[in-house]
Amino acid sequence: MESRYSRQELFLKEAHPYTDKHVLIVGAGALGSSLAEMLVRAGIGKLTLIDRDYVDWTNLQRQQLYKEQDAKERLPKAEAARTRIQEINSGVEISAITADGGPEELSTLMEDQRPDLLLDGTDNFETRFLINDLSQKYNVPWIYGACVGSQGISCVIIPGETPCFTCLLDVLPAEGMTCDTAGIIAPAVQMTTAFQGAEALKILAGRWGDVRRELVSFDVWKNTYSSIKIEALKKTNCPSCGEEARYPYLTEDNRTKTAVLCGRNTVQVRPPNNRTFNLTELASILEKQGAKVTTNGFLLSAVILEKRIVLFQDGRMLVHGSKDPEGAKKLYQQLLG
Amino acid sequence: MNIIINGKEEQMALQEPTLEQLLAAYSLQGKSVIIEANGQIVPKEKIGSTTVKEGDRIEIVQFVGGG
Ligand SMILES: [Zn+2]
Repeated sequence: MESRYSRQELFLKEAHPYTDKHVLIVGAGALGSSLAEMLVRAGIGKLTLIDRDYVDWTNLQRQQLYKEQDAKERLPKAEAARTRIQEINSGVEISAITADGGPEELSTLMEDQRPDLLLDGTDNFETRFLINDLSQKYNVPWIYGACVGSQGISCVIIPGETPCFTCLLDVLPAEGMTCDTAGIIAPAVQMTTAFQGAEALKILAGRWGDVRRELVSFDVWKNTYSSIKIEALKKTNCPSCGEEARYPYLTEDNRTKTAVLCGRNTVQVRPPNNRTFNLTELASILEKQGAKVTTNGFLLSAVILEKRIVLFQDGRMLVHGSKDPEGAKKLYQQLLG
Repeated sequence: MNIIINGKEEQMALQEPTLEQLLAAYSLQGKSVIIEANGQIVPKEKIGSTTVKEGDRIEIVQFVGGG
């Protein structure tokens, strides 16, 4: 029998170079699903996948690893993804983590696991600036990718060589256009991950000379494409990659944090300390307050005070049908103190 | 006036607009963008003073956050 990687080896003109490679993908939504499937099929040695969300009916249109049953069961994306990609390639070691990738979780992952490459499967700028600082601090390349509507963008960031994400974008942009407001079509996702995935295969094979040093963007509906040389944007005084880098996005902020999730009309509330909750205990606390509670072993869903909420074991709560972070924080404190 | 934006030829009603006016025409004013004019990146502080001429090749890349 021919090796399962024979066609890839034929193209690369070398024996399978990916066996000992480890990739960390942050986010298992549309981009993360596509990237995970691509790399697992390509035969990397190890994949670590971290995601904070669970599978929702509206994800199925573009998030290729998930099926109707996952949405019905509200499985955490990392878990549903693990099951699917392990079926695709049983030879890859997969680590799936259901957590909000904040500075603490991601720094620990970098320290303990030393991945060869970081891939952006996130849906927000805040986490991308965090990935960028991790990349610089631990000297590991990362590949930015983002999409909305019919457009997408991608860029390879190599510490010590290319400008970093902070150089390109000196301020956190106001989240003007998201999947919530502009929607998203699957081809925009796949085109973005095609750019990210190709660069990943080059980097993991050590083909540095072939790596794209340009920022690429496109619109598959308006039929536009551009690729811009970005060397000139590297800043020597950059707080993330400059001579006196201090990695501003790695500083843990000890407040309760909230985030509006892209495309979900949902607010996440994240408590400051890493707490682990017992779901049975949580269910009884909520039932005492008059909630109707169901659980699937990974998370708990409830309707309380006319709001549909989901609680994870790490203490995070999602409040659905809301874009009001302050209201969500208040509800959290009301329910869990 | 004809210019090429992101690889596509566009007819502009505006005559020799500044890049700032061009961004406004594409509803991109105040958004996070990088602009390249004829192969050179235009620094942020020069977007208001750089004018676009007939036949110019302009690349406008907008940073988006979704995924
Ligand atoms: Zn930088």
